[in-house]
Amino acid sequence: MGATKVVTDETFEVEVLKSDKPVIVDYWAEWCGPCRMVAPVLEEIATEYGDKIGVVKLNIDENPAVSQRYGIMAIPTMSVFSGGQVVKQIVGAKPKSALLRELAEYI
Amino acid sequence: MNEVRNVIVIGSGPSGYTAALYSARAELKPLVFEGSVTAGGALMQTTEVENFPGFADAIMGPELMDSMRKQAERFGAELVADDVVAVDLTADPKVVKTETETYLAKAVIIASGSRYKELGVPGEKELGGHGVSWCATCDGFFFRGHDIAVIGGGDSALEEAMFLTRFGKSVTVVHRRDALRASKIMQDRALANPKIEFLWDSEVAEVLGTDKVTGLRIRSTKDGTEHVLPVTGVFVAIGHDPRSDLFAGQLATDSDGYLLVDEPSTRTGIEGVFACGDVVDRTYRQAVTAAGTGCAAALDAERWLASKER
Repeated sequence: MGATKVVTDETFEVEVLKSDKPVIVDYWAEWCGPCRMVAPVLEEIATEYGDKIGVVKLNIDENPAVSQRYGIMAIPTMSVFSGGQVVKQIVGAKPKSALLRELAEYI
Repeated sequence: MNEVRNVIVIGSGPSGYTAALYSARAELKPLVFEGSVTAGGALMQTTEVENFPGFADAIMGPELMDSMRKQAERFGAELVADDVVAVDLTADPKVVKTETETYLAKAVIIASGSRYKELGVPGEKELGGHGVSWCATCDGFFFRGHDIAVIGGGDSALEEAMFLTRFGKSVTVVHRRDALRASKIMQDRALANPKIEFLWDSEVAEVLGTDKVTGLRIRSTKDGTEHVLPVTGVFVAIGHDPRSDLFAGQLATDSDGYLLVDEPSTRTGIEGVFACGDVVDRTYRQAVTAAGTGCAAALDAERWLASKER
């Protein structure tokens, strides 16, 4: 697993909403090919920028409550939470350089 | 990286992997840039592939691509899951750059394929991932019980519509003419499916909704009258645009961006640069035709390299 953390419907509030630094939530599922492709990129981002931003993974099959609450309708979706709110949403698998550009203000 | 490769392949769908396979078997040790998140090409986003010859019982798209990949690797193709961000095909040797590295090659085979066309209407981009999708197999899961619209009239649109009947309450195919482009068999299946309805002579003027899709503003292509189709899912399946942007200013394209080659060969306007698959083919765009031109590109490259050595 490395630098990214697994969150669930139960641990979401503590790990994400109450986090003191911004957190990227990676919504994924086993059957989602592009999710698997983007996973190593997110691992790298978690390792390189871990002091500035957290990266957590939420399996939408196992955790329907959170994904429904935030209206997730496509995966991979990467949502950036800060202060308990969604401040940015990135939909679809993107190469590392594109992701870093989108996340620039948080890292 | 000062080593000059014999051949670099840009892309990894059926055309890229077949070019890689043939180049590898010609002992050219091809270097292949598969793409960091797009490796495998368009078939990664389809389910059963029933029309690729040699698979009497059909094969899943990702499985077929994995097989092609393994085959190329077996014969010595070097596959790198990275993206090419810039090229200089006019240089000698040719220059191919990723975000972090620069590579040199005598010959380059372009197999970069195509991307989904967007409708280009208000609301489409904003609601992407919030009810608007371009890939049924990717996102259909989220539309259980929804009223869904599929925009398009070709095989892709009907395949998407058929797939979505597993999830949706209703599936409406919105097509701007009164006849489908799709193959006969797909048409027959879709027309026979009780969950699929057709809205003919109709185009999308706007995707409605603030945080989620609530409907489509439909305009008649016959008389311009409008009405609202209440749907909460919209799947756009109107075709593809060739991925030729990287080569602008270096290689000639037609007015829609398809790379021009000296048919029936795969030679582009630059010596030692060959192009194959959906980035060239506007007419057939099938996995098997892409594989065919991928093979031709590798053979063209091999012969060109050999002629240079004499």
